[in-house]
Amino acid sequence: MLRLSKIKTRPSALWAFLIPSVVLIGLFFFVPVVLTFLISLTSMDYSFRWDWIGLENYVKIITDPWAPKILTNTFFYVGLTLSCFNVGLALLLAIITTHINEKVGAAIRAIWLLPRITPPAVYALLWLWATRRESSSLFNWVLGFFGIEPIEWKLQYPWLIVILVNGFVGASFGMIIFTAALKNISRDVIWAAKVDGASTLQIIRHIELPLIKWPILFVTTYQTLSLLTSFEYILLTTGGGPGLYTTEVWALYAYDLAFRQYGGISYFGYGASLAVFLVIIGIIASVLYLKLFRFRELMLEPKIEVR
Amino acid sequence: MAPRSSIRKVSLIRKRIGNALVYLFVIGISSVIILLYVLLAIASVSPELEGLVPKGFSLSAWQKVLSGRLEVPGAEYQYPNLYLVIGNTFLLAISVAFIEMLIASLAAYAISRFKFGGRGTLLSLILVLHSFPAITLLIAVFYILNMMGLYDTLLGVILVKVAFDMPLAIWIMKGFFDAVPWDLEMSALVDGCSRLQAWWKVLMPAVRNGLMVVLIFGFLSGWGEFIFVLTFISSQSYWTLSMLVYAFTTGEYFYVDPCITATVGIIYMLPVVVFFLFAQKYLLRIQLVGKGAF
Repeated sequence: MLRLSKIKTRPSALWAFLIPSVVLIGLFFFVPVVLTFLISLTSMDYSFRWDWIGLENYVKIITDPWAPKILTNTFFYVGLTLSCFNVGLALLLAIITTHINEKVGAAIRAIWLLPRITPPAVYALLWLWATRRESSSLFNWVLGFFGIEPIEWKLQYPWLIVILVNGFVGASFGMIIFTAALKNISRDVIWAAKVDGASTLQIIRHIELPLIKWPILFVTTYQTLSLLTSFEYILLTTGGGPGLYTTEVWALYAYDLAFRQYGGISYFGYGASLAVFLVIIGIIASVLYLKLFRFRELMLEPKIEVR
Repeated sequence: MAPRSSIRKVSLIRKRIGNALVYLFVIGISSVIILLYVLLAIASVSPELEGLVPKGFSLSAWQKVLSGRLEVPGAEYQYPNLYLVIGNTFLLAISVAFIEMLIASLAAYAISRFKFGGRGTLLSLILVLHSFPAITLLIAVFYILNMMGLYDTLLGVILVKVAFDMPLAIWIMKGFFDAVPWDLEMSALVDGCSRLQAWWKVLMPAVRNGLMVVLIFGFLSGWGEFIFVLTFISSQSYWTLSMLVYAFTTGEYFYVDPCITATVGIIYMLPVVVFFLFAQKYLLRIQLVGKGAF
């Protein structure tokens, strides 16, 4: 067989293929990474002046009176959304839809894809609508059948809205990956267990769950990082409110300071340092997961490979 | 025999009840999603709603929306013309889709087929970049766009969008190129095609499915984009549908008639629904190949 290396290709051909993406990724990905760090060492605002102030912004984070509250908010939001939806519900949906009638299962999984491909602005609108304060809104209307008075959801339970809105989008990612992993488990193992008289619950508990440990850890880590930096749906629903910073998370705080200062001041420098701080939290979280779950061992011998 | 069969009966009944409960749970929680969308559909043709029950029927919202002129309640001025906004959204989505497809398949072909120094580094870099929180780079990107004179232009948003989607798109396309047998392009190369010709004439038709996946992924990603438009666009004449819907819904109350908001929302949903109904296999592929890859 003819080896490819025998066909001469000029190096310029290689560059013709790579240059467009290298330029784009370099300009809007690499350079920003460096630039974000540099800007975080300045007091830059909308005038784009480079006034170097060293680590002052980072000192400011420590002394920021709102920082502890917003950090707590962030952990609360990430922890609850992750455990209840992005991993918890995702796992439940994957297990259930692979055990019930195949067509019904596939249809249900399809439904959960819908929020993910819906434009975020419309998706947020749907939830805002369903949770309006009027007694005729969907949530209050349903509760009305149980004799419960109308609730002003956005004001009384803003966190519930934030977590539901994010959770219903987030669950599909894990669901798809877990489903793929569950389908990859060899049927023989399941049949053998069934012949031995194992119940469905026992099969799930003792065979399936241990076998998809690696995908579970992967989704947990990956979604922690996604949730840490996500603020789109919060901005669209509660906007960080009601009141001062009730549902404000770290990423949104950085965004607000840089781009939504209505007084005309945009704190690019301080915002950038908050972003760098967030990246550091992300790195720490990943390292913790790595240590906690002994990723390396898992990486060596993956029982089930997710593509 | 008798006691055993009754035990079996009891366990069968318990199993049935268990099954019913599982179905109830999964259908119940999934129907929340369905209800949300049904609500949107009903709201566009009914001026008043009691939960999901429409009170009356009217197409006046559709009439007003389709005229394109949307007034800002209590103000003299108007929102930008709806057709302009739809045009902008479409331009953004279609540009992102095609640029992404072209650039990503060029790079993916090189990574899949060329042997060059730093190939491994480049590959792992793509992975690292994808997991790098893009949103934390907004300030720096804003600075760069401003320096390039691309702030407040659709082109700026398109380029940024393509760049941020690029790692994932390259990764998807690489998978498809890897699956094409060598012999196919070998014969083209032996026949004297250049690499570029071989790529365009032989390889691209062979990865049609992959191109579709990237096209749909890019289109949906551009079509729904909100944060980049909010951040990098200031003129209303460059608004996309996400900005319009956002403007409708900001604040404690809905500033705009709910019927009109719902109608615009439905128009915004149309391409998504089409893809959802007719391109399921590609959508699942995006989820699996794309995000499941790392």
